[in-house]
Amino acid sequence: MSTLTPTRPPDSRPPAQADLTSGSLPMWAPWAVVVGCAAVAFGVGTALGWRTALSAVVFALLVLLVLPGVSYATEGRRKAMDRFMTVVVSLAFSLAILPLLSLLITVITNGIARFDIEFFTSDMTGVLGPGGGAYAAIVGTVLITAAATIISVPVGVMCAIYLVEYGKGKLARWVTLLVDVMTGIPSIVAGLFAFAFFALFFGPSIRFGIGGAVALSVLMIPVVVRSVEEMLKLVPNELREASYALGVSKWRTIVKVVLPTAAAGITTGIMIAIARVIGETAPLLIIVGTTNAVNWNLFEGRMASLPVFTYYSYTIPGVPPQFGVERAWAAALTLFLIVMLLNLLARFVSTKFSPKTGK
Amino acid sequence: MSSPTSTPPRSTAADELVPQGRAHLGDRVFSGAALAAGIVILVALGGVFGFLLLEGMPALTANPEDIRGGNGFAAYVLPLLFGTIYAAIIALLVATPLSIGIGLFISHYAPRRIASILGYIVDLLAAVPSVVYGLWGIFFLAPALVPTFEVLEERLGFLPFFAGPASPTGRTMLTAGLVLAVMCLPIMTAVNREVFLQTPRLLEEASLALGATRWEMIRQTVLPFGRSGMVSAAMLGLGRALGETMAVAMVLSATGAVTLDLISSQNPSTIAANIALNFPESSGLAVNTLIATGLVLFALTFAVNFIARAIIARRAEFSGANA
Repeated sequence: MSTLTPTRPPDSRPPAQADLTSGSLPMWAPWAVVVGCAAVAFGVGTALGWRTALSAVVFALLVLLVLPGVSYATEGRRKAMDRFMTVVVSLAFSLAILPLLSLLITVITNGIARFDIEFFTSDMTGVLGPGGGAYAAIVGTVLITAAATIISVPVGVMCAIYLVEYGKGKLARWVTLLVDVMTGIPSIVAGLFAFAFFALFFGPSIRFGIGGAVALSVLMIPVVVRSVEEMLKLVPNELREASYALGVSKWRTIVKVVLPTAAAGITTGIMIAIARVIGETAPLLIIVGTTNAVNWNLFEGRMASLPVFTYYSYTIPGVPPQFGVERAWAAALTLFLIVMLLNLLARFVSTKFSPKTGK
Repeated sequence: MSSPTSTPPRSTAADELVPQGRAHLGDRVFSGAALAAGIVILVALGGVFGFLLLEGMPALTANPEDIRGGNGFAAYVLPLLFGTIYAAIIALLVATPLSIGIGLFISHYAPRRIASILGYIVDLLAAVPSVVYGLWGIFFLAPALVPTFEVLEERLGFLPFFAGPASPTGRTMLTAGLVLAVMCLPIMTAVNREVFLQTPRLLEEASLALGATRWEMIRQTVLPFGRSGMVSAAMLGLGRALGETMAVAMVLSATGAVTLDLISSQNPSTIAANIALNFPESSGLAVNTLIATGLVLFALTFAVNFIARAIIARRAEFSGANA
């Protein structure tokens, strides 16, 4: 057999190998194009005194044209299209990051001016110009959010348990669908609901903290249900079956086996739900109102809260307006930090303590 | 409990596996509580509708001259409805292509290892309180857009959308629409990303094996597979944009004019923003009127969300992707 093997001409290999890489750009080429376009765009931009935004737009357009162009010349139409879409998709992503970065920078640079001890220790009684702080608003936000959490968590967790452990058939399917629909209720509608409900009993001038807690609960319950439901579904069925096999009743299985296994996930879900509602302005504007002094009583009288404080500090800043606007930014920064902290903490809890699903 | 050897024989294995057959008191109480919690959801939704209707009724039945504007409830709510839908459409036109791009970037372009972090960063956009978006829109975005508006008026002024005169503050319909677009990006991206990731791996690999480039593979497998998902993502974004309150109330300088002009300082208001701006100072029938507009908004967002979720639910049932 070996004698029959045709002897290849030695020069036939190099072209065959070259076929694999010929007609395609080297790995570094796209990056070189990106750097080159950036240099051109921002170089010309500074030379002509363009604004940074304009230079950035020119840069994006340049990359969008040059990279597919180069590719079209060397690699052909299909590869060029592929590269074009890669640039488009990457640009879409950077466009989404821009507002987040811009928000971060704006809120921090503007908020830092009044982010001081006085801001956290004083309220707004008798403050007209400089000074004053968000102490009353922070107390209000903590109280209202805590009350909303106390209402939402038991209902939300039990509803999730119903959906995962008990729910079968039509009712469960409807509840699942309506929970999803409920996540889309506009926050102002939740506020109007709370107002309409309490106005029936206490008259149309009713403003109190617990109404805000009810409104926030309407927004919070579906978020809790959704995330707890996801977590309960992750609990392996083997654990439940092992518990049943030992003769443990269903409810004790849920309380002693299922819930502890999912505890980290449930904690995460609740924290994210709190982060969602703690910044809600519209419902509190309607049913809680605002006030200058600290009010510790959820069941009587208007309460200040951070989001509403932010809003009114901007819309009714006092004279001169500069101090009110500074307070608004400081409150916005506080809110922003609370929300980010809650989200990061939630992520930390979920990665550190989540059960190993074995998948 | 006694040791396994002395355990008397139980009835059947099936009974043991499904304990509710011989429920104790604890079981019955607990399952009852769970069922009640499920029903609370239905009651809450019904309650929102019921109480808004109850408190909004006086405005619906009132003498038309008593409603603000003097021409009855319909004349009051229609311009607001127009503004609401107009702003939401602008937001959707911007956010839909963007969210599909971002979804694709996270699911098919970004390196696996950082993809989940990128998704998390986009989710962070959803967590920012709307009042913070409002401040950002007024103090950063609106002034930053003014030069662009002037160019638009100069070059494209013949279109009704850019007729101008360009607002000197930048607090226009277009600005509000852009802020709304940023705010409804996260939910849309999350849904898009999910459906793109669910594309069967075999389809993708088959396409690549036939020599398709990455984009061709996406066009042939990922996008057709995710079509209904993208539709419902857009509708969820629409629901978000329709109901968003504070950012619009703060950014938009509304005069109540019904106009297509995107860049002037004459802008229609939206239902939600109008409620937030007027509710604290209102009393009597004005409150009922605002609540009735809230009912209109609720019905609108409920319908949009319901259709979107129904599409997703049906898709999950039939595609087998979640199995």
